[in-house]
Amino acid sequence: MMHFENRGNKATRLGFGEGVLEAARRDSRVVGIGADITGSVSMDLFAKAFPERFFSLGIAEQNCMGVATGLALSGKVPVFSTYGVFAALRTTDQIRISVCYNNVHVVIGGAHAGISVGPDGATHQALEDIAIMRVLPNMTVLSPCDATQTIIAVQRAIGNMKGPVYIRFGREPVPEFTHEHQEFQIGKGQQLKDGNDISILATGHMVWEALQAAYQLQQEGIHARVINIHTIKPIDEEIILQAAHETKAIITVEEHQIMGGFGSAVAEVIVKNHPVPMDFVGINDSFGESGKPDELMKLYGLTRETIMTKTQSLFYKKETFI
Amino acid sequence: MTVYMNELKQIARNIRIDIIKSIAEAGSGHTGGSLGLTDIFTALYFKILHHKPSEPQWDDRDRLILSIGHVAPVLYATLAHAGYFPVQELQTLRKLGSRLQGHPGRDHGLPGIELSAGSLGQGLSVAVGMALTAKMDKKNWRVYSIHGDGEMQEGSIWEAAMSAAHYKLDNLIAIIDRNGVQIDGKTKDVMDMDPLQDKWESFGWRVLNCNGHDFEEIQQAFTQAQATQSKPTVIIARTIMGKGVRQIEGDYHWHGKAPSKEEADNFIQEILKAS
Repeated sequence: MMHFENRGNKATRLGFGEGVLEAARRDSRVVGIGADITGSVSMDLFAKAFPERFFSLGIAEQNCMGVATGLALSGKVPVFSTYGVFAALRTTDQIRISVCYNNVHVVIGGAHAGISVGPDGATHQALEDIAIMRVLPNMTVLSPCDATQTIIAVQRAIGNMKGPVYIRFGREPVPEFTHEHQEFQIGKGQQLKDGNDISILATGHMVWEALQAAYQLQQEGIHARVINIHTIKPIDEEIILQAAHETKAIITVEEHQIMGGFGSAVAEVIVKNHPVPMDFVGINDSFGESGKPDELMKLYGLTRETIMTKTQSLFYKKETFI
Repeated sequence: MTVYMNELKQIARNIRIDIIKSIAEAGSGHTGGSLGLTDIFTALYFKILHHKPSEPQWDDRDRLILSIGHVAPVLYATLAHAGYFPVQELQTLRKLGSRLQGHPGRDHGLPGIELSAGSLGQGLSVAVGMALTAKMDKKNWRVYSIHGDGEMQEGSIWEAAMSAAHYKLDNLIAIIDRNGVQIDGKTKDVMDMDPLQDKWESFGWRVLNCNGHDFEEIQQAFTQAQATQSKPTVIIARTIMGKGVRQIEGDYHWHGKAPSKEEADNFIQEILKAS
């Protein structure tokens, strides 16, 4: 299996902006909506290229979501991006009724996701968006792992989908390691490293950390499988159950609350079909705080070290489970 | 279809009767607002809107957005009388498996429903989105959106109002059902929104007023609204909740109350006698 290397750091938000621009070049129905932080969420690339297809609506996210619905109902493919805390939470009711109940093709960008937003602190760190978005009927939830994958994911979200899509990405530059010609299918996980001792299922920026943890564990004699789940809903039950059958223990890793998030989505599949011991790396029911991104990731246990510790511990414990 | 003014009253009478019948049969539903908006819906679907009941998805149709989904019975009864589906189907309102959901739901496939809605304050934003599409694509169709006066208390209405004026959406006409009552009582006691006209004018809209039960005035307001350029128009239509049934007219207790079968018969008799 291929060994992944960091080709250099790049922010997934740039991947989002580049992907939207590319999709808009191919499809004239694509329109953009901005809520004052257009540059920050990388929608400025689109806005500059297609000013007649971009609508600045000001700091009024609820309206943005309804306008997106109206555009979609009349034949456009609207992309609306703002910080995940606003995109997913400020407008939850608009997303539930206008977007999801009407089942319209609105692409929602949840930018600056996770605690790695850093010094802005708790108000701006989206740690609940996966949980809220995945519970809504008709919604597809994407959480790509690097900028390259984000470019692909957003293009698929715009070009190949019919209903609402929430796509989550971050602010800080993160390692670029997936291939631009990778096999990427919405709803299908990607096995990035083989191993039969235990499985580490990760999403978003934490996939890189999971890989690094697995590479180190390999040297210590634990052969961990690593799977990138870039589509949290609909989730790839097949790859999860195969991991449960073959490795008999699963760790999930996410830059998000453990409660209700990605790990819970995996647990729902496991518990129903093939219970195996699990553990979760994520935020443990708390708000974040100000600090440098790497300081916060360390303080809140979102590091390869935490993943290694939990993986080792679950690996030695799994034999005691019946 | 050409409908003369004097025919509208007759159509509205029949729609009112079907609203009462369908809500009584359902055993729940919003009687007051539905009856109060009947004349405006009749005018819209039989006089104002460009639409084709036989081709509900016709590209160039005017769009009617019902933001206050709870008055679905007036929308359903009007659509049925306009020919979108059989009038008998109104008796399935709110029942299991019905295309006539308690609040409009497009996923149930009823022809003529432009938006699933029920959470107040969302429809104007959707109407803005549609009006932007029409402008972008240089289409002549218009968007009409129907709102309650209590709904003006939702903040998102004013976000949408700002954006419609900002983009000079003269192809958007909003109608406010100004009946002065909401579930808890009179709007001025629950949360006063006056001066409502000044609020809309200060948000950059043209404001027109009309008696929402006078077809001449309704028609005149729409004609003026359609002629408006470079700004959206809101029509504040003074209405009476429960219009047509004297004993419930203006009574906020009838916002979300269904008549019993016996009451329904009495209401219908009264409507028939009055015409």
